[in-house]
Amino acid sequence: MTDEKELGFIELQHTADRAVRVWAPDYPALLIQSARAMYEIAGILLDQDCKVERMVELAASDDESLLVVFLSELLFLQETENLAFNKIRLRVSGFELQAWLSGAKIKEQAKEIKAVTYHNLNINRLPQGLEVTIVFDV
Amino acid sequence: MVSLKDLRKVSDYEWEIPSTLREDMRVAVRIFATRQILEAVMNDRSLEQAVNVATLPGLAGNVVVMPDMHQGYGFPIGGIAATLYPEGVISPGGIGYDINCGVRLLGSFISVDLAEPYLDSLAVALDHACPSGVGKEGLFHLSASELDQVCLLGARWAFQKGLASEQDLQRTEEEGCLKGAMPDKVSPRAKARGRDQLGTLGSGNHFLEVEVVEQIFDAKAAQKMGLQEGCLALMIHCGSRGFGHQICTDYVQEFQSAVRRYDIHLPDRELVCAPLNSPEGAAYLGAMRAAANYAFANRQLLAHQARKAFEEVFAGKIQRWHLHQVYDVAHNIGKVETHSVRDHSVKVCVHRKGATRAFGPGSREIPPEYQSIGQPVLVPGSMGTSSWVLVGAAESMDKSFGSSCHGAGRVLSRSQAKKQVRGDQLRSRLEAGGIHIRAGSLPGLAEEAPEAYKDVDEVVETVCGAGIARKVARLRPLIVIKG
Repeated sequence: MTDEKELGFIELQHTADRAVRVWAPDYPALLIQSARAMYEIAGILLDQDCKVERMVELAASDDESLLVVFLSELLFLQETENLAFNKIRLRVSGFELQAWLSGAKIKEQAKEIKAVTYHNLNINRLPQGLEVTIVFDV
Repeated sequence: MVSLKDLRKVSDYEWEIPSTLREDMRVAVRIFATRQILEAVMNDRSLEQAVNVATLPGLAGNVVVMPDMHQGYGFPIGGIAATLYPEGVISPGGIGYDINCGVRLLGSFISVDLAEPYLDSLAVALDHACPSGVGKEGLFHLSASELDQVCLLGARWAFQKGLASEQDLQRTEEEGCLKGAMPDKVSPRAKARGRDQLGTLGSGNHFLEVEVVEQIFDAKAAQKMGLQEGCLALMIHCGSRGFGHQICTDYVQEFQSAVRRYDIHLPDRELVCAPLNSPEGAAYLGAMRAAANYAFANRQLLAHQARKAFEEVFAGKIQRWHLHQVYDVAHNIGKVETHSVRDHSVKVCVHRKGATRAFGPGSREIPPEYQSIGQPVLVPGSMGTSSWVLVGAAESMDKSFGSSCHGAGRVLSRSQAKKQVRGDQLRSRLEAGGIHIRAGSLPGLAEEAPEAYKDVDEVVETVCGAGIARKVARLRPLIVIKG
């Protein structure tokens, strides 16, 4: 859990899987916070000697789908190339995004996340920004 | 939210949520549970999820929920839904990300008394032979064409490589190979994830256990399975690894637009589905079968590697040290089967999400030697507690689309479990109880503590009391290997 008020995440109780509530002032920040939450659940430590950068372009049909597609892309890079990213810059236009990812090879990972689910996935618009609850299959 | 007052009691072990509870329900929900189990699951949202499943189009009968139910994503774990084939729908989330996660049991005639001095060595040898843990690569690195062959042939691929016996295949659900797999409907991303993970256990609740047959309840059935009181057995729990996870991810994504095309309205986007006779539905069915076959091959290779570990430890020290297959059964899968619905024989696609096929005696789909007793049903307990071998009973065909429970079922979240139990203390406690533990991480061990699960014995009493399965044997763990 982070201490920040404007943006952050907190883990919620879920019997079988892992769920987090994520909040941020705007949509790109919500995506970045969601990625941080996912990496925290996975217990990832980076090998700072093996830094990498990636750029990805993704598209979806709505905001919730784009969130799932983005996190699923990070999971794919995690599993196939053993990479995770601690600096993420996003440009979002409609339901398309470009992501500049800076990170490193993974030194340690405590937990396998199988997938990002759509279970009750709904980005809520609040006066102070956006909020979403994400359930990960573990 | 569903509450106890919404339920109609059918018997001590059966309850029903009527289809009138919510306007969008198309069928009722039939629950196998004692009152105590029901009261416990009111703490999570599994019944609400079952009600959501009852809104799927093309359901052939009631949605069924097993006593090991707990909250999942979309479907509850322990949920069964049969949709008409081919006009009904198929839902990737209703099968799950770990396609054909399942359990394999191997029996032996190794007496626990003779094996006792070697259990430490056996734990080390098994841990070495069976790669486990997050993202672990296996001993088999497949070319693109070899991976396609695994998708098409399943455990038979291992047989062709000399890594399985004919009996292994015969004693596996669908003989370890679902027909109709379509590797060309599997994305390059899934194939990239699957190429190096064959023959690996993974992490989470997956495990490999050496057990002792502690008590036999049905001597005839146990004898047919080669289970002997006081002898060792080996249980393997795992699935299709990253290969299946990616296939499900791909199709849940693709079906987000399919539901709009087919004008399907759902209470939860994770339930997305497509008609089985649509191009999207047929493609997923073919890809899902490819992942199911990958999982059958995966458990076969793990069994092969475990046999080598047994040979390394016991050969020359104990006579008759071989492991023979008892059965291998899936608990996350979609199967096209024929069932009797309202006195009519109909072809349906049975979604089993955390539920085990449990065909009764006389079913053509089970091996000849099990025809008279029914299909073996493997029910692992929580770590450190008993596991069960049951057989499917005739009533399962009428009551639960030939299905039974798949385990104990969680009651605590993983973080709650870690708050209540410390991994190092749990390991000490289990070791004091005579269980040898090899675990990838202590927090991971704590998440799977027995306290996090229901009492598996009560789950088994429920399915047996409801008449959908019968007890054959109870097994006690001696060695637990977890990623």
